[in-house]
Amino acid sequence: MGFWSSVLLPLLLCLLLFVGFLTHSDKLAHSPGMILWLQFAGAILGIMGSLILPMLIVFIAYSVNSIEHKADTWKTLFSLPISKLSVYSAKYLYAFFLVFLCLLLFVLFTLGFGNLLGALKPELKFSEYNVASLLTQVYFKLFLSSLGILSIQFLLSLLFRDFLKPMGIGFVCTITGVILAGNGWKYAYLFPYSHPMLAIKTIEDGMKGNNGDSALPKITVDLFTKEIFVSLVIAVIIFAAGYFIVLKKSVK
Amino acid sequence: MVIDTEGLTFNFGKQTVVKSLSLKVPEGSIYGFLGPNGAGKTTTIKLLLNLLKTQEGSIRIFDKEIQSNRIEILSQIGSLIEQPAIYLHLTGKENLLNRALLLQIPEKRVDEMLDLVHLTNAAHKKAGQYSLGMKQRLGIALALLSDPKLLILDEPTNGLDPNGIIEVRELLLRLVNHHKKTVFISSHLLAEVERMATHVGIINFGELLFQGSIDELQTLNQPQVQIEAENTVDIANFLKRNNFTVTEVDDHHIYLPFTSKQKMSEINAILNRNGYTIYSINKQQKDLEKLFLAITQNA
Repeated sequence: MGFWSSVLLPLLLCLLLFVGFLTHSDKLAHSPGMILWLQFAGAILGIMGSLILPMLIVFIAYSVNSIEHKADTWKTLFSLPISKLSVYSAKYLYAFFLVFLCLLLFVLFTLGFGNLLGALKPELKFSEYNVASLLTQVYFKLFLSSLGILSIQFLLSLLFRDFLKPMGIGFVCTITGVILAGNGWKYAYLFPYSHPMLAIKTIEDGMKGNNGDSALPKITVDLFTKEIFVSLVIAVIIFAAGYFIVLKKSVK
Repeated sequence: MVIDTEGLTFNFGKQTVVKSLSLKVPEGSIYGFLGPNGAGKTTTIKLLLNLLKTQEGSIRIFDKEIQSNRIEILSQIGSLIEQPAIYLHLTGKENLLNRALLLQIPEKRVDEMLDLVHLTNAAHKKAGQYSLGMKQRLGIALALLSDPKLLILDEPTNGLDPNGIIEVRELLLRLVNHHKKTVFISSHLLAEVERMATHVGIINFGELLFQGSIDELQTLNQPQVQIEAENTVDIANFLKRNNFTVTEVDDHHIYLPFTSKQKMSEINAILNRNGYTIYSINKQQKDLEKLFLAITQNA
């Protein structure tokens, strides 16, 4: 379930955008290649940072754990001759992999559909600009920024059997995160649910600064900004804390 | 001793679920762990598997302390706790393969296990479509997969039909007799385990009320005199007036504790003399089921 959601989500979103661009190709024909790419990728990235990514993580973390809750297999897993760390970290790594896969697919589908658009409608000058490395960097930064949330949501889903608690907490925190980051609160970088949005914002800010030039601006992605550090630190701390909780916790 | 616990105590909040339990399970035995529902059986089993942290007392399995030798001990235990934990979206075989992969067990063993629990024909059916009995058998197959020395089974015959119960019983007997395994099996039905268990522990309200071999349990079992007669109530009252203890009366029988043969003939004579119609009078062992009830209710 988690696997397919992380494959289908990027596919569907990119497909939708592809159709949108295809039907409105006449309006977009005059834009230079780079702006086209930015519009195409940016349409997803804009909501990606604020809503889609955190909610996707909530869902992935839930689905990885709920499979054991549903089949009532935690007790079996923990009575096998396998260390608790292995069970816990294997579960975590799978969730980690799913988030990574999903973001990777976003990059691939965005590039794929963009180039396909360029081939189908030659008046859209997608081929003018190579966005691959920029896009990869942006998504990689998003990935790093999401790890804090992943650790928190993973632990919540591990502890709570039902969907509502981790989902509710995740949702409320995501909204809070968007508001904090959106209002530019000074300390938003300390709140993990703001990180994806902040990651996107810093890139947007970088672009605005350059866009004054009439020549094509050069966009650089500063990978390791402070919110990324906070995200990584939180991810590691919560992961370790989760392990100690698993170690101490009695299996019902 | 395969399982040896000392003063094992466990509290859920303020409630003491297991009270200073001292289990002794010898090697090669089938140990029937008996008690009514809610007596603390499952909690004890979870303590044995280190799923619950021991609060007081100690658990030694294969002569090793469980906390410090968790993985080594668990690698020699196969377990089935409550209803079997099965991934319902996978087939029976996939469930076994998945476990085999986790424990690095050759695939060949999966087919052997399916065969052993008679699930070969249903191997490619989704476990979600299995009947309760089939799920239970798959659970047993999962427990046996790693060829463990000790099997801990929590009510493994729950939901099985009589045929299934007999199959499980024969399987367990075969494992103990031919493969030198030790089986620790919990149940709330004495009748179910009395035919295979070599040792019995009876628990109620978290306390061990009896522990010993099945023969020792039998000796606890006081013989009694059973009188089959017409007017059972009248006879019972008459006997009481004549200073006999009557333990039980129903529509057809009167029961008295057996003390000696002489006493029995005395009863016979006095009843005949007073014109009561007696169909039969004989000495009888109480059945174990009643003994079990007596033990658990007296606590």
